Amino acid sequence: MSVLQALDIGLAALVLAVAVWTIFAREAFAAVVGYVAYGLLLSIVWVRLFAVDVALTEAAIGSGVTGVLLIGAAARLREAEKAAADEQPSEPQRFWASFLCVLVTLALAGVVLSLPDPAPTLAPEAAQKLAGTGLGNPITAVLIAFRSFDTMLEKVVLVLAVVGVWSLAPDRYWGGAPGAPRAARPESTLAFLAQLLPPFGILIGIHIFWVGADEPGGAFQGGAILAAMWMITMMARLTEAPPVSSIWLRLALIAGPAVFLATGVAGVAMASGFFAYPAGFAKPLILFIEVFMTLSIAVTLPMLVAGPPRRLPRR
Amino acid sequence: MSAATLAGLIGAALVGLGLYGLITNPQPLRKILAFNLIGSGVFLLFGIIARKGAAAGFVADPVPQAMVITGIVVAFSASALAIALVLRLFQETGRVTPRPDASAGPPANGADT
Repeated sequence: MSVLQALDIGLAALVLAVAVWTIFAREAFAAVVGYVAYGLLLSIVWVRLFAVDVALTEAAIGSGVTGVLLIGAAARLREAEKAAADEQPSEPQRFWASFLCVLVTLALAGVVLSLPDPAPTLAPEAAQKLAGTGLGNPITAVLIAFRSFDTMLEKVVLVLAVVGVWSLAPDRYWGGAPGAPRAARPESTLAFLAQLLPPFGILIGIHIFWVGADEPGGAFQGGAILAAMWMITMMARLTEAPPVSSIWLRLALIAGPAVFLATGVAGVAMASGFFAYPAGFAKPLILFIEVFMTLSIAVTLPMLVAGPPRRLPRR
Repeated sequence: MSAATLAGLIGAALVGLGLYGLITNPQPLRKILAFNLIGSGVFLLFGIIARKGAAAGFVADPVPQAMVITGIVVAFSASALAIALVLRLFQETGRVTPRPDASAGPPANGADT
């Protein structure tokens, strides 16, 4: 067995152990902390699958931003979650549930082991058409060119999620500001970090977006890093969340999908059809769309974490 | 066994584990966690299919990988909406499970928290 194989098996054991902890830990808070560690370990698995773009997204969004959201909720629900823990299902119910879950796992493992090798693939088509987009990163090409309609609709899902979260606000808070993800006691270490990190973080976020055309990275990963920078300054109370009635906030939220859709519609007149890019202009158009997508992601993620408005609107 | 097959098997185990948590954990926050475990298990299955589809000079098929990136973002927005719903339920009723026999009204400070 080579060193790399031993490392793979160790990593697999570690991921499964942390996943078991996430499900069986007694305290919800401990489970959430386990989930954050799990997300980071999982991104190493993604690197081993030669999916560096996915690893970046998993680390930034799947582990990082989701972690902030879950830790905030676990802290607020600590007492109620304890009360709900009394409603455990009975012994036979748990037995049948584990039986079902083992069956599902075995069926999926059977599928994994019997996959044809080489599997059916779209890689040759992607490689063939990549030159036409002017990009070097095939994943960015799939996201913004080959399957652009999916990616545009996914931006719409993000906007709908924000609308859903905001609409949970009690009537009197409508138009006010969300409570913002904030520490109970802003400590000096946090404030120091929140002043030190953003200049570097903003630079790294924009860099990751920019190199995404040719190297691993892109609008999602870059936008998530920018979002993290805004969140950390809100947590340290260096800045306040904007009120949900703010026009610039709403424009920033919809800029990504709106520009994406407008470019897609323009394709009908300028190129061969809906979401087609004119030959020779594909790369500048893709980067143009990605600028607005990065902005929308950087604004949407903190707004989803901040939750519904919790303060009275200023009149 | 290759790294890809191993990752696929982890994915299968994660789906089963998450499903068990989703069924047996009574707390909604734990259910949301379990649901995310199922999601990441499914994403890993996409990962192995992408890796096995390596061809034409690419180390993996970019199409399933791009779909996973979209999936992670959508999973996050669904989790955010679910957590907002749980927090609102807690604000209104002081509890986090919609228990049918619950007759208690909102807690004294419930309306303003």
